[in-house]
Amino acid sequence: MKSILGKKLGMTQVFAGDDRLVPITVIEAGPCKVLQAKVMDKDGYEAFQIGFDTVKKEKNVSKAMMGHFKKASASAYRFVKEVKMEGAETGGDITVDIFSKGDKLSVTGTSKGKGFQGVMKRHNYKGGPESHGSMFKREPGSIGSSAYPSRVWKNKGMPGHMGTERVTIQNIEVFDIKKDQNLLLVKGAVPGANGSYLIITLGSTAGKKE
Amino acid sequence: MNAIKIIEESYKKEIPPFNVGDTVKVTMRVKEGEKERLQSFEGAVIGRRGSGTRETFRVRKISYGVGVEKIFPIHSPLIEKIKVVKEGKVRRAKLYYLRDKKGKATKIKEKSFNKT
Repeated sequence: MKSILGKKLGMTQVFAGDDRLVPITVIEAGPCKVLQAKVMDKDGYEAFQIGFDTVKKEKNVSKAMMGHFKKASASAYRFVKEVKMEGAETGGDITVDIFSKGDKLSVTGTSKGKGFQGVMKRHNYKGGPESHGSMFKREPGSIGSSAYPSRVWKNKGMPGHMGTERVTIQNIEVFDIKKDQNLLLVKGAVPGANGSYLIITLGSTAGKKE
Repeated sequence: MNAIKIIEESYKKEIPPFNVGDTVKVTMRVKEGEKERLQSFEGAVIGRRGSGTRETFRVRKISYGVGVEKIFPIHSPLIEKIKVVKEGKVRRAKLYYLRDKKGKATKIKEKSFNKT
């Protein structure tokens, strides 16, 4: 498994080689620094902690974190995550060239916050007719039966907060790599707002515990 | 945003500068089954819209007495060539008024270079 951390810069459209206009997401990916290796003997699992996006003002970093960065003789980073990976070593760099054109990626991010939403937007309920005297428009309707089960079933779709959650999109294809600018161009959309942080992993993460 | 503009720039094609009101000849590659041939469309540019790789322009011509308009994506790889036939002098960004005009009224004044 190969992973890198990145930042979503935004989307655009570009003509691909086969004359088609394809949607592209531009991601600033890496360079990441390996800060710590988690080992089986000590931590009980194997992973690497990597950092991305250097902090501009070091006074804004806590002393505890600063000490942690110093241990890896690295500068302070804003986004630090653990990833599973082979062949990395502490203090080493990870750049976009771990991927190549046509690779399928899994991209994890935090989705855009939607606030308090009703059931139609949040759970794709159908709602009722809008016109002809309808008094049932965007409501959830009945939420269950009476004597049995005498309660509301678990996982019943209700209005509530939507968005700002961890979302992973699988099978995102690498369209192009700009190594000198540390840019990764992928086909289609990735979760989150522009400027939000992403974890990019080669291949599928389905069924694997992170 | 800046990085995205740079990316777009690197995927743009080189096109001759032309403006609204110009008469252009657009040569397009047309695929018919296995074969590919060139097809040209000549008319007045009546509008340009969009920016970056998404920019399009609209060409209008009268074909056998019927007004025909075609929208081309400027940076489409299917466009073989854009040739500026005549440069027109217009005072509007969109020449949609041409749709309601007939005959002589649809003529666009040509740019005269002598006075400048």
